[in-house]
Amino acid sequence: MSKKLINLEHISKSFDGSVVLDDLNLYIRENEFLTLLGPSGCGKTTTLRLIGGFETPDSGRVVFDGTDITSLPPNQRQVNTVFQKYALFTHMNIAENIAFGLKIKKKSKQYIDDKIKYALKLVNLDGFEKRSVDSLSGGQQQRIAIARAIVNEPKVLLLDEPLGALDLKLRQDMQYELIRLKNELGITFIYVTHDQEEALTMSDTIVVMNQGYIQQIGTPEDIYNEPTNAFVADFIGESNILDGIMVKDRLVEVLGVKFPCVDEGFGCDKPVDVVIRPEDVELLAPGAGRLDGEVTSLIFKGVHWEIDVMAGGFEWLVHTTQMHPVGSRVSIQVDPFNIQIMNKPESSDERAVETDG
Amino acid sequence: MGKFKRQFLAGPYLVWIIGFILLPVLMILYYALTNSGGNFTLANVLAIGAPIHRKALFLSLKLAFLCTAICLVLSYPLAMVLNNLRNKYQNLIVFIFILPMWMNFMLRILAWKMLLSNNGVINTVLGFFGIPSLDILNTPTAVVFCMVYDFLPFMILPIYNSMARIGRDVIEAAKDLGAGNPAVFFKIILPLTLSGVVSGIIMVFVPALTSFAISDLLGGGKVLLIGNVIEQAFMQEYNWNLGSGLSIVLMIFVIASMALMSAHDKEGGGAGVW
Amino acid sequence: MVRKTAERIYLGVIFLFLYLPILVLIVLSFNDSKSRVVWGGFTLKWYQRLFQSSVILEAFSTTIFITLASALLATVLGTLAALGIHAMKAKKQAVMLGATNIPLLNADIVTGLSMMLLFVRFTKLGMSTVLIAHITFNIPYVILNVLPRLRQCSQNAYEAALDLGATPFYAFYKILWPQIRPGVFSGALMAMTMSLDDFSVTYFTKGAGINTLSTMIYTEMRKGIIPEMYALSTILFFLALVLLLIMNFGSARKEKLAKEQI
Repeated sequence: MSKKLINLEHISKSFDGSVVLDDLNLYIRENEFLTLLGPSGCGKTTTLRLIGGFETPDSGRVVFDGTDITSLPPNQRQVNTVFQKYALFTHMNIAENIAFGLKIKKKSKQYIDDKIKYALKLVNLDGFEKRSVDSLSGGQQQRIAIARAIVNEPKVLLLDEPLGALDLKLRQDMQYELIRLKNELGITFIYVTHDQEEALTMSDTIVVMNQGYIQQIGTPEDIYNEPTNAFVADFIGESNILDGIMVKDRLVEVLGVKFPCVDEGFGCDKPVDVVIRPEDVELLAPGAGRLDGEVTSLIFKGVHWEIDVMAGGFEWLVHTTQMHPVGSRVSIQVDPFNIQIMNKPESSDERAVETDG
Repeated sequence: MGKFKRQFLAGPYLVWIIGFILLPVLMILYYALTNSGGNFTLANVLAIGAPIHRKALFLSLKLAFLCTAICLVLSYPLAMVLNNLRNKYQNLIVFIFILPMWMNFMLRILAWKMLLSNNGVINTVLGFFGIPSLDILNTPTAVVFCMVYDFLPFMILPIYNSMARIGRDVIEAAKDLGAGNPAVFFKIILPLTLSGVVSGIIMVFVPALTSFAISDLLGGGKVLLIGNVIEQAFMQEYNWNLGSGLSIVLMIFVIASMALMSAHDKEGGGAGVW
Repeated sequence: MVRKTAERIYLGVIFLFLYLPILVLIVLSFNDSKSRVVWGGFTLKWYQRLFQSSVILEAFSTTIFITLASALLATVLGTLAALGIHAMKAKKQAVMLGATNIPLLNADIVTGLSMMLLFVRFTKLGMSTVLIAHITFNIPYVILNVLPRLRQCSQNAYEAALDLGATPFYAFYKILWPQIRPGVFSGALMAMTMSLDDFSVTYFTKGAGINTLSTMIYTEMRKGIIPEMYALSTILFFLALVLLLIMNFGSARKEKLAKEQI
């Protein structure tokens, strides 16, 4: 594993008395594509701005490559940012925008010209040097914003919801562009988004945040398949989240029916959250599964059918390749290893439990 | 009501333009280029060369430059401070600095006349501290003071507006790319506020150059600006030809100064400050 | 911290520069002594005299009349003109807007004088000539406020209304008017401000008999300062303050309401 490049140690930050980050600990490895994922107000942008130098924490340290940079101003940090709304300089043309950082560093004209050419080629906008900012589309402006940041050869590129303002098709194209760029440049990307699909597609590591706390850190597969709590399960993809009781090890009771599962160590007769992904629900002939029900809705989604099944007083969301007409009787079955068991939060307002990695 | 017919809604205005905008301009041109007998002459325009007129024009230009420069020097930092406030009272505070603009022009002159007069407040305060009294009423200094007081909000407003339009993320982007505070100011803030500065300069320079009321009331007849010369030609000497000729010269200076400024401002802020 | 303090001090100095003269005027308006520096006790007599002075009251009512009438007529003419100009081809538009810019860019003194030359040739100076002059320099502000709104309007919506059987007038009232209304109001407001504050144009087009506040104060000041003027200043300052606060407060509340609806 590559070394830890950035360390956030016991970071707390409040704005106007409301806590945005509370004792946050996080490290970021070299050459990692790390995504901070969460709903708005979860503290992900603040975390990014702390690394960029636009905010200073109330307490805690930001350590970069072994040096404490907590109070270093942004213009002296070896990181560059791609802003949400691009923040291009409208009074300069594209070449001047890209050259901005290099001119500040007093690089030679030849060096700057070469860098501009290289950067424009990298973002597929060769020949745009003399164009004005206003003449570019949103997607092109975003590429220029990226080019302007990377010519400075930062060790870390910070991206604050850079695709938020683009339309769906363009977003998907840009996702692949960003992965390609990351691989070509071989630097660390720290990416902020509220879009779980973006996060799952691009990241090496995902940090799920909520209300100023880190909920889970892991690879996209971990986060998707093994969410550590109901918040993560609910936020990442669609899920059936049910109240259950852990009867004993490897057996959980849901809606009055006992399901075998693979989890252990929760104790006996303990209330838990049970998470089942829609694609993990099998529909069998009535009586063949554990719980019988009736199909209430059927939508064709191309690769699969999206089916709602009312069974045991709960509306189950099911993704399956087999068609079951509305009104037909079915029976629900779930494989033991597809059932995720989670501890319930202590109380309802403490859903944002601290689970620092 | 198709496109063609809807144009006719502008009909009354077209008549108005011809009657009350173009015709008056033609009238003043006619008077400027004729003598009292109605014959063509350039004498009225060339009369600007007469020593008394030339002196008035130069004094007007000098005072207008001075007034504009002082307003700019005072307003730019003020706009920056106002823009940096970023608290919930920001709009109210900006409002306070613009408010005097809505107080009657004449009353603002009155206020200064009263403050500056020999037995006025300023001299009394100075006298109290044993400082010799400031005898500036009826001098060009008093006129400039009052012009600055009158026109300052017209400089503050466009500069503040252009500054408020710069996004916080643009400033942060510059810092992120390595710019320190001086570089942020000279490479980002100054260029992006240039159009506001140009608007402000036009909004202050033109009225300062063409005003006659301030110099009349605070100059005590001793400060003769080109506006006073023209006003007197019309209202006291009844020499409309001369007055019109000098007006044309004044207009040329106004247009030239605006053209000069607009050349530096591609967006053409002009009079559209609001 | 040092910088913050310096900024505060700077704000304070400019604030004093702008408001000290006004404050002195206000204090003197209650001073029971004609002197500008000696406090002779509190009095309201200057306000009493103010309301007994027919010259001042007449100038006040003339000002109100000219301001409201010129703003109203300029708003009607200007809005119609904007609708017409909007329908024109680019070339015609440029000509109309070029002419519209003349009163905006011209020096007040030249605008006033050139109109005086015209009026003296064809009629007598008086209330009507002042009104015409004010309408002339007010119309551009209305047009420049309404036209951008029209350009933002969707032409399709208007045509769709016609397509659905609306008469042109009904379509205008239901589709265009709601969209340009804020521009019409801000144009009218700006016209009133300009009219209220004008001195030069009024001075040259008013003739002997009538005065607005601006020209009345000018005439009085040439004779010497009378304390009634302090009282007048105080009233006008607070009038402007209250009106602007209501307008700002009103629009701020409207914005807030609009935001809450989203």
